Amino acid sequence: MALQSLDITRRSATSTQPPDRRKTQEVVKLIDVSKCIGCKACQAACMEWNDTRDVIGANHGVLDNPMDLTAASWTVMRYSEVETDRGLEWLIRKDGCMHCSDPGCLKACPAPGAIVQYSNGIVDFHEESCIGCGYCIAGCPFNIPRLSKKDSKVYKCTLCSDRVAVGLEPACAKTCPTGAIVFGTKEDMYHHAEGRISDLKSRGFAKAGIYDAPGVGGTHVMYVLQHADKPELYHGLVKDPDISPLVSLWKGVAKPLVTMAFGAGILGAVMHYVTKGPNEVSEEIEKEFKDEK
Amino acid sequence: MNVTRRQFFKVCAGGLATSSAVALGFSVDNALAEVREFKLTGSSETRNTCPYCSVACGLIMYSMGDKAKNAEPSIFHIEGDPDHPVNRGTLCPKGAGLVDFIHSPDRLKYPEYRAPGASEWKRISWDEAFTRAARLMKDDRDKNFITKNSDGATVNRWLTTGFLAASASSNESGYITHKVVRSTGILAFDNQARV
Amino acid sequence: MTNHWVDIKNANVIIVMGGNAAEAHPCGFKWVTEAKAHNKATFIVIDPRFTRSASVADLYAPLRTGTDIAFLGGVINYLLSNDKIQHEYVKAYTNAPFIVKEGYEFEDGLFSGYEAAKHMYDKSTWAYEIGPDGYAKVDPTLTHPRSVFQLLKKHYSRYTPDAVSNICGTPKDTFLKVCEIIATTSVPDRTLTFMYALGWTQHTVGSQMIRTAAMVQLLLGNVGMAGGGVNALRGHSNIQGLTDLGLLSNLLPGYLTLPGDKETDYNAYISARAFKPLRPGQLDYWQNYAKFHVSLMKAWFGKAATKENKWCFNWLPKLDKVYDVLQVFELMHQGKMNGYFCQGFNPLGSIPNKAKLIAAFSKLKYMVVIDPLATETSCFWENHGEYNDVKTSEIQTEVIRLPSTCFAEENGSLTNSGRWLQWHYRGAPPPGDAKPDADIIAGIYLKLRELYQKEGGAFPDSILNLTWNYDIPHAPSPEELAKEYNGKALADLTDPKDKSKVILKKGLQLDGFAQLQDDGSTSCGCWIFSGSWTEKGNMMARRDNYDPSGLGNTLNWAFSWPANRRILYNRASCDPSGKPWDPKRRLIWWDGAKWTGVDVPDFKPDVPPGNPMSPFIMQPEGVGRLFALDKMAEGPFPEHYEPFETPIDTNPLHPKVVNNPAARVFKDDRAAFGTSKDFPYAATTYRVTEHFHFWTKHTRIASILQPEQFVEIGVELAKEKGIKDGDWVKVWSNRGFIKAKAVVTKRLKPLQVNGKTVNHVGIPIHWGFKGLAKNGYLANTLTPFVGDANTQTPEFKSFLVNIEKA
Repeated sequence: MALQSLDITRRSATSTQPPDRRKTQEVVKLIDVSKCIGCKACQAACMEWNDTRDVIGANHGVLDNPMDLTAASWTVMRYSEVETDRGLEWLIRKDGCMHCSDPGCLKACPAPGAIVQYSNGIVDFHEESCIGCGYCIAGCPFNIPRLSKKDSKVYKCTLCSDRVAVGLEPACAKTCPTGAIVFGTKEDMYHHAEGRISDLKSRGFAKAGIYDAPGVGGTHVMYVLQHADKPELYHGLVKDPDISPLVSLWKGVAKPLVTMAFGAGILGAVMHYVTKGPNEVSEEIEKEFKDEK
Repeated sequence: MNVTRRQFFKVCAGGLATSSAVALGFSVDNALAEVREFKLTGSSETRNTCPYCSVACGLIMYSMGDKAKNAEPSIFHIEGDPDHPVNRGTLCPKGAGLVDFIHSPDRLKYPEYRAPGASEWKRISWDEAFTRAARLMKDDRDKNFITKNSDGATVNRWLTTGFLAASASSNESGYITHKVVRSTGILAFDNQARV
Repeated sequence: MTNHWVDIKNANVIIVMGGNAAEAHPCGFKWVTEAKAHNKATFIVIDPRFTRSASVADLYAPLRTGTDIAFLGGVINYLLSNDKIQHEYVKAYTNAPFIVKEGYEFEDGLFSGYEAAKHMYDKSTWAYEIGPDGYAKVDPTLTHPRSVFQLLKKHYSRYTPDAVSNICGTPKDTFLKVCEIIATTSVPDRTLTFMYALGWTQHTVGSQMIRTAAMVQLLLGNVGMAGGGVNALRGHSNIQGLTDLGLLSNLLPGYLTLPGDKETDYNAYISARAFKPLRPGQLDYWQNYAKFHVSLMKAWFGKAATKENKWCFNWLPKLDKVYDVLQVFELMHQGKMNGYFCQGFNPLGSIPNKAKLIAAFSKLKYMVVIDPLATETSCFWENHGEYNDVKTSEIQTEVIRLPSTCFAEENGSLTNSGRWLQWHYRGAPPPGDAKPDADIIAGIYLKLRELYQKEGGAFPDSILNLTWNYDIPHAPSPEELAKEYNGKALADLTDPKDKSKVILKKGLQLDGFAQLQDDGSTSCGCWIFSGSWTEKGNMMARRDNYDPSGLGNTLNWAFSWPANRRILYNRASCDPSGKPWDPKRRLIWWDGAKWTGVDVPDFKPDVPPGNPMSPFIMQPEGVGRLFALDKMAEGPFPEHYEPFETPIDTNPLHPKVVNNPAARVFKDDRAAFGTSKDFPYAATTYRVTEHFHFWTKHTRIASILQPEQFVEIGVELAKEKGIKDGDWVKVWSNRGFIKAKAVVTKRLKPLQVNGKTVNHVGIPIHWGFKGLAKNGYLANTLTPFVGDANTQTPEFKSFLVNIEKA
């Protein structure tokens, strides 16, 4: 177990440097939205591999189901019917953790070792160490982590870190019927994406391109988009994601401040203010807290 | 995340308090991280074919136990067979969830019988089931079998009992089903080819 | 499929029509995305709904449900008027040059020979003109006014782009764009593939829709080619195998057919099926019918089948009519059936008009259900409130329910859409006391045989003499059964050229159907499967995926019927001189001494090019049929007929003949049809990708992914009706109603048809009153009880409903 730490780049809320790590290949899951048929095989394989089962919900007038990411659904398909100059387009995006190179969740996390980043780029949550504070949710520019009402811990996609650790591809990438999800080294995925983009351009998608969010240092889940100039068409994919101001505050000023003052409760208002970033997670959080009662 | 004051306090009163010491800089070095143990190590693999549509994707089923006599295998994971020329390891949402079909709470486990007018199933033995089914068949067949038609031609048909065959059972099941059904003279015979 | 799944990657143009492969066959659909990514293929979807297949298409063309023949007839007209056909292929490999008999006519929607009172045709004029030599006459110039080519031209000249647009509701420019893309494949080195499924079969003109596509492919020279063909994407994992094994009212294994009432003479029965060649020098493989038939009778009745008793010819039941499911449920509804077996089949969900089915089941004395799951059918007598409101105590049907194993718990083979027989292995024991289907059938049979042995009874011979040489009689092994359908030598088989040379010793497994005999010296339970388990072992279990040509013909993977051939009619991939039409996609070629290649040649291997033998070796004339002779119920050329419930109340082509004139409609069912006055919306039922029929609602993962019954309607209709996303709606036809959630979508657009706006209501089928998903109504509460005139496949895809907010 101890040697595992050699593959770790960073850990949440830990001031000591991680060991001089081994060099492993940086991996990427590339999601080619133009090949995605929205079949939800990735959702099924994710639940199956990770032994999670979400609740059997209801239909809400759309094909999306579950309606949102949850502590048991670490990926969901999001369907957008969009009218473009090509006519009707049905853009279907697999949503889930982007495994940022500069992970806002990890930076925001106050619990030592609850969030780690491996040298292959995977950002993993370790629920044993999670304290359920929800800061990672605020720190995430993509609105991904979800707090479980059962155990008050936060869950998200692991990029199948257990599979990748033994040399396998993530379950969703393996199962994807049309090859819309592919997995490999970052370099290979860039090469693959270039081929896809040139095919899309030949079919008239002049703005086809790759989505690799520079604001978070790039991601280990990337998209090929037909309309890379308008990521928001894809069910509100964030155009220029960056880490919430909360995180820098937390790391810089707020962290010691919180630490010193958390008994006095003077920071509630500050927290409220700084967490009003570009994210829109408030409803879910609010709901989860309510449900928990 | 609009953490309200109330929620913030709630958080503080909970887990955060215990970690504040850590946050103050007393980092614990043994806060190590490890991926989940790879769950297939040591399981047994069996090759199979997806029973849903006719793409017939290759499957690898992973079962508990190493096939030793005293270990009862139970399939706990299924994924696509990467060697299979058609699916190349992929599975659709139905196929990727096949393990839940095997273990569906609606799987039938025992022969059952519903008497005329009854509102309940009654568990019966296989012998009772086969005996009763054969009796019902024979009584109906003996009574309604048509040896000759009105023109006097031998027709040897039985029209008052019908049989719908399974389109997801194997060729071998289908073959023996056809052999037996035709031997009785049944013509009301069909399968899901139409629907 | 004429071709197979992987071969789709070789196509230049792919059309998904009458199906929705991305949702119903996602893993096979990968070969569409591969063809796009690596073969620069153009992908077209033609469907009333903008489906998940359409979401990745280069071009989507909407059409009104049930109008596919009008669309494809328009394509034929386009190809002929713009001279976009593969001339050499059409001339050599189709019946375009054949002369049709005098008297054949088509007028005002009816072909010659219609007998209105019987709703049937006298098809005697639907035939070739036969010359004094006994062969069909041909005109290689294709100019004879009664040549198939000229008749074809005339027939489809009515299907102009305007007529197509008027009937289908497809915008004219979109239709023409589709035609242009299709036409690019009329050159020898480009191919088009059609992928279809129940979106074509489930119409009263379903078989003719498929035929129209086949005709387009023949005109383009795309049949027999890599990346071509007409590809049926079968629904269930072994529906191909069950069809091959003939588990249908009128069939025997291997597409042999049962005798009819009037066929009292064995020799006449055989010769009516061993077709005489219609052109000189044809292989005409059905001439071997007797070999297949006798070998089957030997497999079933063993020593009891002798030359003297005509191989037990009289032991086979004779048909007075075909007992398809619709016929059977009609009889059951009339109280004329007493018993019914449902093996892995949930007819209450899968057959039209649920109310009729419940009434029919309630009249049975007994029902036996063999299934791994608790189906609605087995529980038809249970009251489930609004979803199944029956009076349990009044239902006097005895029900025996027998638990069977599922795929994971048994060995055996399944035949996929591409005709591959693939062997699978048991991974775990079944739950509780569940048994394999073969053991259950054996258990019932052995009890029945015992009763006949003890008590005697009606015609016991066929039951008492059925071969049953299984090591464990109550549990025949899949291996034994597979060997039985492959067939074996019952005596030493000798070389026909040298009788002193034994080619197969008595008792050994046959190498293939070429060894079958009609003298009782071979047994074979299904001739087309012969070669699947030879002396070399189980060929279905082979796992070498080596693909030397890169075309995907993995000849050492599993076994593909017939004779391990992967692409049917592959002789047609070469020109008459034996040269592949497309040198980049060579399937077979003549090597100077024999046919060879990357597939098993679909031809007599030693017949050189230049010989009159033509590529379609199962046909007596050796060529593909643009004119179907007497093989179809409603005509030798497909004609557009409206669904029995049509939203436009007329047929714009011939208002006097609106629907299929050869369809069989029972009296009560005709009365249960609705009209557009009360039911103004065109409805269609279908599957969604998250579910498989009525099975996956019993599984948790699929129930999570799509938990609750819904219907899809367009934004415009929703607005008109005041329905919003997620509202409860009631949908009703003249046969019943369902309630479901509304999914309001831009993907269903109103179409302009014959001066009228037609809206569609989309009705997924997967919900019922059993399972883990939320309970719902069986969608077949709504559907009409009428089928295709040839196959009696119900018209689930086109009917009328009304809808309002519940």
